[in-house]
Amino acid sequence: MDFKIFDSPLTRRQALQCGLIGTAGILFSEMLPFRAFAAEPAAAAAIDLPPAFGKARAVIQIWLWGGPSHLDTFDPKPGAGQDYCGPYNKPIATNVDGIQICQMLPLLAKQADKYSLLRGMTHGNNGHETAAYLVQTGRKSTGGLVFPGIGAIVSYFKGYNGGYKGMLPPYITVTTPQGRFAESGFLGSAYKPFATGSDPNKEPFAVEGIISENISEMRQIERRALLGDFDSFARESAGNATVRALEKSQEQAYSMILGEARKAFILSEEKSEQRDLYGRSKFGQSCLVARRLVERGVPYVTINHGGWDTHKEHFSRMNKMLPELDKGLATLLKDLSDHGLLDNTIVWVGGEFGRTPKIDWDQPWNGGRGHYGKAFSHLVAGGGFKGGKIVGETDGKGENVSSRPVYPCDLLGSMMELLGIDPKAKLPHPQGRDIFVSPFAANEISAKESGGLLREIM
Amino acid sequence: MKSKIIRYLLLIFLLALYGGAGCVQENSGAGASSGISSVSKSVPRHPPCDPVLFKSFKINNRIDEIVLDKLKENGVPPSETCTDAVFIRRVYLDTTGTLPSAETVRSFLSGTDPQKRRILIDKLLAQDEFADYWAMKWGDMLRIKAEFPSNLWPQAAQAYYRWVRESIRTNMPYDKFVRKLLCSSGSNFHMAPVNFYRAFQDRHPRQIAENVSLLFMGVRLNEQNYSEQQIMGMAAFFAKVAYKNTDEWKEEIVYFNPDAKMPDPKPAVPAAKAGELKASDAAKSGAQTAPIPPPPPLKPSTLDGKSFDIPAESDPRLVFTDWLTAPGNPWFAKNICNRIWFWLLGRGIIHEADDIRSSNPPWSPELLAFLEEELVKNKYNMRHVYRLILNSNTYQLSSKTMSLNSSDADGFSHYRIRRLDAEPLVDIICQVTSSSEKYSSNIPEPFTFLPDGIRAVAIADGSISSPFLELFGRPSRNTSYESERISVPSPLQSQHMLNSSHIQKKIQQCKFFQQLLADKKDNLKIIEELYLRILSRFPAESEKATAAAYLASPKRKPIESIHDVAWALINTKEFILKH
Repeated sequence: MDFKIFDSPLTRRQALQCGLIGTAGILFSEMLPFRAFAAEPAAAAAIDLPPAFGKARAVIQIWLWGGPSHLDTFDPKPGAGQDYCGPYNKPIATNVDGIQICQMLPLLAKQADKYSLLRGMTHGNNGHETAAYLVQTGRKSTGGLVFPGIGAIVSYFKGYNGGYKGMLPPYITVTTPQGRFAESGFLGSAYKPFATGSDPNKEPFAVEGIISENISEMRQIERRALLGDFDSFARESAGNATVRALEKSQEQAYSMILGEARKAFILSEEKSEQRDLYGRSKFGQSCLVARRLVERGVPYVTINHGGWDTHKEHFSRMNKMLPELDKGLATLLKDLSDHGLLDNTIVWVGGEFGRTPKIDWDQPWNGGRGHYGKAFSHLVAGGGFKGGKIVGETDGKGENVSSRPVYPCDLLGSMMELLGIDPKAKLPHPQGRDIFVSPFAANEISAKESGGLLREIM
Repeated sequence: MKSKIIRYLLLIFLLALYGGAGCVQENSGAGASSGISSVSKSVPRHPPCDPVLFKSFKINNRIDEIVLDKLKENGVPPSETCTDAVFIRRVYLDTTGTLPSAETVRSFLSGTDPQKRRILIDKLLAQDEFADYWAMKWGDMLRIKAEFPSNLWPQAAQAYYRWVRESIRTNMPYDKFVRKLLCSSGSNFHMAPVNFYRAFQDRHPRQIAENVSLLFMGVRLNEQNYSEQQIMGMAAFFAKVAYKNTDEWKEEIVYFNPDAKMPDPKPAVPAAKAGELKASDAAKSGAQTAPIPPPPPLKPSTLDGKSFDIPAESDPRLVFTDWLTAPGNPWFAKNICNRIWFWLLGRGIIHEADDIRSSNPPWSPELLAFLEEELVKNKYNMRHVYRLILNSNTYQLSSKTMSLNSSDADGFSHYRIRRLDAEPLVDIICQVTSSSEKYSSNIPEPFTFLPDGIRAVAIADGSISSPFLELFGRPSRNTSYESERISVPSPLQSQHMLNSSHIQKKIQQCKFFQQLLADKKDNLKIIEELYLRILSRFPAESEKATAAAYLASPKRKPIESIHDVAWALINTKEFILKH
């Protein structure tokens, strides 16, 4: 296929736009029946791609919006006293010798051989937006450029350009978009995730635009025929590229609405006991949806699980949220493993920062924790990451990283390597600037801001 | 006129003589420093076609004369003038982002005044909705947004937006508008245009100069087009813009500080070659050090090569703005005229509209020169340029093509079909279903929720959004490029239009549709109402028959049938696309 058009600075942007669904998409759509919404990468992007280093094929990102406390999850500090631990002062042993986690996570304690804990996470930023950007792009917010997050980058390289042929969108967020973080950056809206909306813990899981609650299949078909009859303008302008692009989009939409792919969202296909194990909560059932999506080849799924911004009444909220997290995540890890999916699926759990180790007992916080970017924890599993390991360490009160810091760029770089995405590959910048996948490729990151890739668990 | 024909014939002759090869003279780039190309020489790309095809083209004003000459020269015949029904929908959407009511459509179509299109254009340009729609466009360009990547903060974003909208509503002369943006000093709350200098991630003079060049000159001031010397010469005009806080929360003063020094050069992204991996675990060998850039010139200089000696106590911003807005500036009027043309016709005379350079020649230099002249002659009255374009037959051409002009990709032989922008699309869905949307911002706390009933085009702050707007490619206001807005159809958008609870609820809860049924009008009357309301036209006979059969079917409840007809009309390409 000839993509010379992409070399011209004049048409690069147009080509990108068109490639998504426009003229180019139409022109090539006959050859690529399932790829009308695929963009070909910019010419330079795909060259010289090394063979996949790891075996990761997909990522499930469990995004804990708001920033969960590291002390109350994966980095307990029982020795720090009441002002740091509050009621959670008895961490529990796991099925890996020497690893303890918060007492509120007993089911996860039984799966510790499957995951590693990154206790040295740090970036020092305490603002939700900037920290969320930093953690998911690996870059600081500067220079008049807004970078895409890792989800959009994976979608760019592993989606329709990278051989993915599914009907389901290659980047899906369950259930709502992050809002405070524009996931696709300069890659543009075509690389934003598809947000399912609705609630998988309700029957049916009415995924916005895909599963309709009150339109029968018969009525869908009748309405579609009526629309066809009314589309006289489209028939008169059938040669127009924009008209054809919209026609093609509608056809694709109907393959989803009336086709097989939507069954990924029909959770009643699962055994009731299995659904119970995940927990009958929005989060628990979202984890189940994520498994069903990666099973069908979707390369990137985000579960946007907010509510961790607990400035006030921290512990009463944790008492409710931690058991949900425990159930959903532990079952997901086990279920992925049972299905043989964990080996090629990265599970990544964490938020934009941690929370202040010292508890604020005063009014109006009544036992609250603030934002804390200096030290926090993430969890990674599968896709080539070893289980049962700890990377990095914080001091006795969880206030500073005392050894082996892990910066966001280290974590993201490691995930990219496991996914086989070349750090030197170019990203298609709309004005044709030379932008690379890895911030290391253009010396954007100084040595002090990197602890190195996570070799110890890869 | 005569000389054109002679030139044309001469070229044909030459083409024949040389067998069509070798006579095309490349328009060589005049070099980055001169910026603007002279008149480019075009060669007809098509064999001459039947002159009759050009005869029916109406000449409404000078634009049409120039366009017709150009189309003849290119051998591309124009489409017909569009019908009144197409015109009223088009001009409402292009000027205000709204639809005409059924009543307005009826009376316009039955009107017999030969001047009715001109009268309608004047009416629309005077409406507040015109100011709303174009304030959105300027909000995109000026990146009016409370937070991330630049931090205007909510209160200043609102003040800035109100000032922009009011400037458009009162038709402030364009040169004055730009002068206020570039030369104001004071508080971000009380002197709203100073927010221009706050909407930057780094607030580095270079970043400001790049943005000023892009917005008001249509120039991409980057390393591909200009030397480091030229870029820093422009940046020097903005090196004395300073900022300070006050005791008021989030208040900031923007002012001229005579003692300010140019900060260290900080390119947006460090230039480096791929392969220079420097991660701590990457290969240590082979890392090259980037060449040290020459020290930046302290003398402010403009892209036409003039440099300025500015006394220390004078504000260089004023010197720059005097240069920029002087009649005869090679970029200032050209940029805005080209953009207005792009906004109304979907393609710049120079395209992309924000990429003016010698190696990117205009489709017709005469056309652009005419618009520039009109703008300057009319004291930078932007609405005058809108009026000229909207009244031209060129704007009023049908989108329907014939075989001879269907492939006219860069010219103006027919109206360009394009998907409605995200904001007007959701607005007209709300309009035809008498519904409203919820808009909110999660940043910064406390969260912002807009009252029901506000139109998407009238949202002041780019941080305030909805899933629909995100899905349909509303610009993020991260940069000022026109290309940030994406109006390309996608399957996910179609799923949303065809099958979301969001759209379905709007239709099901629409009181107007319920009323149609309650009024017990006959089905043909109902169909006519739906067509006028949703597609701004009367239904054709065949469409009436189709709809009537659907409404008469006993398969579903009568109200469901009405809903389905409305749903189908909203999902026609005629509804979703501008045409």
